[in-house]
Amino acid sequence: MNLNKIFKNALLVALACLALSACAKKVGTGQMQGDVYTGTDTVEYLASGVPDRVFFATNESVLTTKSRETLRKQAAWLRKNSKINIVIEGHADERGTREYNLALGERRANAAKDYLMTYGISADRISVISYGKERPVDSGSNPLSWSKNRRSVSVKAN
Amino acid sequence: MLFRYLFIFFLIIPIKSFALIEVDITRGNLSPLPIAVSPLSLDRETKNNLKKILEKEDIGAGISSVVENNLKKSGLFNPLSKDSFLQKPDIAHLKPRFEDWALIKAQALITGKVTFSDEKLRVEFRLWDVLAAKEMMALAFTTVPSNWRRVGHIITDKIYERLTGEKGYFDTRIIYVSEEGPKTKRIKKLAIMDQDGFNTKYLTLGNELVLTPRFNPTNQMVTYLSYFRNLPRVYLLDIETGIQEVVGDFPGMTFAPRFSPDGKKIIMSFAKDGNSDIYTMDLENRIVERITNHPSIDTSPSYSPDGKYICFNSDRSGYQQIYIMKSDGSNVKRISFGKGLYGTPVWSPRGDLIAFTKLHKGKFYIGVMRTNGKGERLLTENFYQEAPSWSPNGRVLIFYRETKTDDKGEGFTAKLWSIDLTGYNERLVSTETDASDPSWSSLLSN
Repeated sequence: MNLNKIFKNALLVALACLALSACAKKVGTGQMQGDVYTGTDTVEYLASGVPDRVFFATNESVLTTKSRETLRKQAAWLRKNSKINIVIEGHADERGTREYNLALGERRANAAKDYLMTYGISADRISVISYGKERPVDSGSNPLSWSKNRRSVSVKAN
Repeated sequence: MLFRYLFIFFLIIPIKSFALIEVDITRGNLSPLPIAVSPLSLDRETKNNLKKILEKEDIGAGISSVVENNLKKSGLFNPLSKDSFLQKPDIAHLKPRFEDWALIKAQALITGKVTFSDEKLRVEFRLWDVLAAKEMMALAFTTVPSNWRRVGHIITDKIYERLTGEKGYFDTRIIYVSEEGPKTKRIKKLAIMDQDGFNTKYLTLGNELVLTPRFNPTNQMVTYLSYFRNLPRVYLLDIETGIQEVVGDFPGMTFAPRFSPDGKKIIMSFAKDGNSDIYTMDLENRIVERITNHPSIDTSPSYSPDGKYICFNSDRSGYQQIYIMKSDGSNVKRISFGKGLYGTPVWSPRGDLIAFTKLHKGKFYIGVMRTNGKGERLLTENFYQEAPSWSPNGRVLIFYRETKTDDKGEGFTAKLWSIDLTGYNERLVSTETDASDPSWSSLLSN
């Protein structure tokens, strides 16, 4: 019975992807999977091949497969550069109340932090800060812009 | 400094008369009461003296236009054009010729007189029922001249109370966040202004991000969130002295602060390790109490006016909903069950309703529900709006609205709006800059 449910969900996700990517093509150069941003438009790099940010679905703080891959690259880079500390900035899109978004941003930053910790990065090298919806990277009012803003960004702290 | 120097003397005790004009504020008012606000009269000497002090041509007309503007914005009154007035202000104040006022369809008339002696401004006014040809109320106030706008607000409160049977909300202030600059790099400052948009003062310089200011019950203190030194923390600001202090010693972000109704505690969220819970701190003994303990996001707490309950926002059901609990954190009960997400619950000062923000199918609503969650009513729908705050009499909500940007990501604005509990009388609240996170003070002169 679960299989049936999973199949249904997968189908829904696939349909949503189709609908959204069609939509995304119209509004910009980026891409989305579900409503998670998968493009590289706003991404900066901590080092060559080490993206600084991961993206989230609406109202979610779950890391996608791609996000985990990015964070493993960050962890590897942090292990190599053991003197560097980071701040993880958690952000939300503008489609929520200010106060809830502050909490959501904190939750997203911590999701990234926890994952880095499971890859051996010590907690005292990572601080988190939530900006809620206060610091969007894209000022657009459309699903693609919002997907770029739902992010947590690792920034060198020293 | 801000709220002092107001001396009120009730010279003439209002005589209660019955069967005079009444204004019903419980329903949307589609035919506002025609009212004539005669300019307050003043003799030449008073006029010249006050002109020197206040650099204002005619303070009598100034005060009456404050009253007129307030009455008009309440949506309950229709102030008539002064061009149609037949009687001179000084004579009307002594004994109105009611036929003249009835002729221009005024049902109520306000007259008054301004005098100046011993460096004090004295303002008296009378409210008349035109059709019954009777005086309904007569009062006088003495204050320093610079307080002349406040006199206008207090007069409006008295008139509103006499005609509706409920306290007014005009002698009040709004604290809010002033916004400037591009959407991706907003500069935000705390600002305070009179309810009608005048006398704006900026309380912070914009060096750090500030959010969600809220008054204490005596309107002397403000609690808000500041990103000072990039550490988002709840702060306390004394408006008079400008002294700021961080609230409590929490190892992480504190946010969403509000005062308890007795002003002795601050209730707020504290976020740690991806989990936000609700805490209080006693401002006298600094004792911190944890109120909720749940792995979900618990935020936006707001006390009931008697301090016995707290409504708050939690996603413990999977999505943002509104809950209430006793003030010690026991008896948590979900009260919002409609479609969509619910946030920012705020308990009405009358105690009977909770105002909220709702997000449903991509639209934002400001609405109210009873404290048991029944009787949900949505007052206004928009692309983005949130964070309602109640007028002290519980009849009006102020909130902020943000606009959708265009294809280029431009055209972003944030503005304050107000709407009556009836769902009518939606109005833009004028501010010098873009604005958000409004919080309404209680009545200053009570």
